[in-house]
Amino acid sequence: MASRLVNWFKFSSPATFYPLARKIAVVSTIIAVVLIAIGLYMSFFVAPTDYKQGEGYRIIFVHVPASWMSMFIYVVMAGWAALGLIFNTRLSAMMAQSLAPTGAMFAFLSLWTGSFWGKPMWGTWWVWDARITSELILLFLYLGYMALRSAIDDPRRGDRASAILLLVGVVNIPIIYYSVQWWNTLHQGSTIKFNEESSMDDTMLITMLIMTFGFWAYSIAVSMVRVRAVILERERSSSWVREQLGAET
Amino acid sequence: MFEPLLWIIRRDLTIAMRRRSDIFTTLIFFVIVVSLFPLGIGPELETLRLIAPGIVWVGALLASMLALEQIFSADHRDGTLEQMLLTPQPVSILVIGKVLAHWLVTGLPLVVMAPLLGLQYDLSAAGLGALMVSLLLGTPALSLIGAIGAALTLGLRSGGVLLALLVLPLYIPVLIFGAGAVEATVSGLGGASHLSMLAAILVASLVLAPLATSAALRVAED
Amino acid sequence: MTDAAEPALQIDRLACVRGDCELFRELSFAIGDGELLHLKGHNGSGKTTLLRALAGLLLPESGEIRWHGQNIRSLREEYSRHLLYLGHLNGIKGDLTAVENLRIGAVLDGFDLDDKRAWQVLGDIGLRGREDLPTKHLSQGQKRRVALARLLVNSARVWILDEPFTALDVAAVQLLQDVIHAHVDGGGIAIVTTHQEVAMIGEHTRTIVLGAGHV
Repeated sequence: MASRLVNWFKFSSPATFYPLARKIAVVSTIIAVVLIAIGLYMSFFVAPTDYKQGEGYRIIFVHVPASWMSMFIYVVMAGWAALGLIFNTRLSAMMAQSLAPTGAMFAFLSLWTGSFWGKPMWGTWWVWDARITSELILLFLYLGYMALRSAIDDPRRGDRASAILLLVGVVNIPIIYYSVQWWNTLHQGSTIKFNEESSMDDTMLITMLIMTFGFWAYSIAVSMVRVRAVILERERSSSWVREQLGAET
Repeated sequence: MFEPLLWIIRRDLTIAMRRRSDIFTTLIFFVIVVSLFPLGIGPELETLRLIAPGIVWVGALLASMLALEQIFSADHRDGTLEQMLLTPQPVSILVIGKVLAHWLVTGLPLVVMAPLLGLQYDLSAAGLGALMVSLLLGTPALSLIGAIGAALTLGLRSGGVLLALLVLPLYIPVLIFGAGAVEATVSGLGGASHLSMLAAILVASLVLAPLATSAALRVAED
Repeated sequence: MTDAAEPALQIDRLACVRGDCELFRELSFAIGDGELLHLKGHNGSGKTTLLRALAGLLLPESGEIRWHGQNIRSLREEYSRHLLYLGHLNGIKGDLTAVENLRIGAVLDGFDLDDKRAWQVLGDIGLRGREDLPTKHLSQGQKRRVALARLLVNSARVWILDEPFTALDVAAVQLLQDVIHAHVDGGGIAIVTTHQEVAMIGEHTRTIVLGAGHV
């Protein structure tokens, strides 16, 4: 038990994590490519045509995993933020920072594909549906985090300030979500429902899960690549980075 | 514990009274923003009555957000903020005092002014009452939540715009229940449930927001 | 851990970073009751940073600061109770009078200061006739005196003073020196930075030079 703890803290140092991040990035890139390829093949050719929505529904194989990822990544970032604040580890904040663009990208992707889906289904690009509105607010939260992060020059202050913002955000997300839900039901009644789980057959569910795991692997891969860049930038004055750069060029 | 709280409130109110013009800026901003909407939408009272709760609420929200930029900045510049962080008092208590004083100076005038603006939109008497009560419960919550953003952006170059970006998404629940209360009252459904949700948000932010704000202030003074 | 022989304030392998620049590393020293620490160093050597870390305002990169054996970050307000910090900023409100500033400072520091005593202290420190003016109308040196008046009313054990002599005239410099020495003689701790060649040297003065490669 004790040796495991020591190990974890060993990897919380950027210098030891840097080479590890490369390995994780390579492995998860391969997983991501394979899973997303399978997932896309299945969503186009294997999954049956929906009897109500026709072929257009197939975009949900991107849309739903993207929405899940966008929410999940924010929670993971908040988790890193909490770790960083409690243990004062630099790497945690770097991880949160590296995940943010991916999370924002998924939130945007979810809105974009949602509106592609909405046009043929509802006849309009945008509907003030509770889920879409919440997703939009989530995108705002991501943008706020990234804006605050980049507005603060001192990296340490930036780490801690944005960590506080993430924690405030994660406490607020359920409140925002339920208030938007309430607002929505009061104003138009819940006549429109996204993917009703009941009507989904097994192939669809499996496809969606494969895509989700593919997106997971993708998120890990890009965040590892990004965290390596962040580590290099932040630790550029330390001796191990100089050696590393000297060795690579 | 309460003596320092009262002193902070008294201190900030005294300072505010000695530079009175700052108080009116927020209020005038509120009045102007709310008065702009009919010019953009058209003078039909039917439409205006429909959108009044939302507009007055959005106006109050923007006004209180703009005012918040100032809440810690003067103390940050003259060093009284760092002294506050070094007192034996819990920082969250001092934050509550500062927010409360700030609300009395910038938020309360909005609450008092709102019914007059509601008249511009031909709101019913019940609607005006609901507007006032909802603002009375909602604007302190806005100040408490916004103080987190103000503390996070303290001393940053693009402070004002950044503050808006951070804080406005967090204001959404207050907006929904605040405007919802007025709307529900006007349409005869009764706004009690909305108002109790607002009160719940106020209590929750009174407990949680000062903790986040004081953590953010410590980071800003680092 | 907390035996009597242990010095009140212990600095253990402290490292501070500003932006990209490492100011100091592995800095360890201790200060006991009745000691005056004179912190020296060229501009940018990290004097202010060290003082802010000692006051608990700044989170050090690594290492810890212990007050009677306990980390000040876990003590927080309990440590602040014993502390008086005066930084580059005076920490007084320009819209309030000297008396108001002093009294509010006292309440926040956890003790009561009546009007009469406040007037008397401000008179002692050379602000007679200015007690009731908004401090924004005072000169730099007078504002500094308002800030320094806190030293006369406070019972804090540890004084952390960052360049306290700036903007003061000869008489005030002398007064401040006497006050600091009286504090140290009474068993207090003072940590002071200054560029002025003033007579900080007393019996219990220690000097630490930052940025000289070692301590």
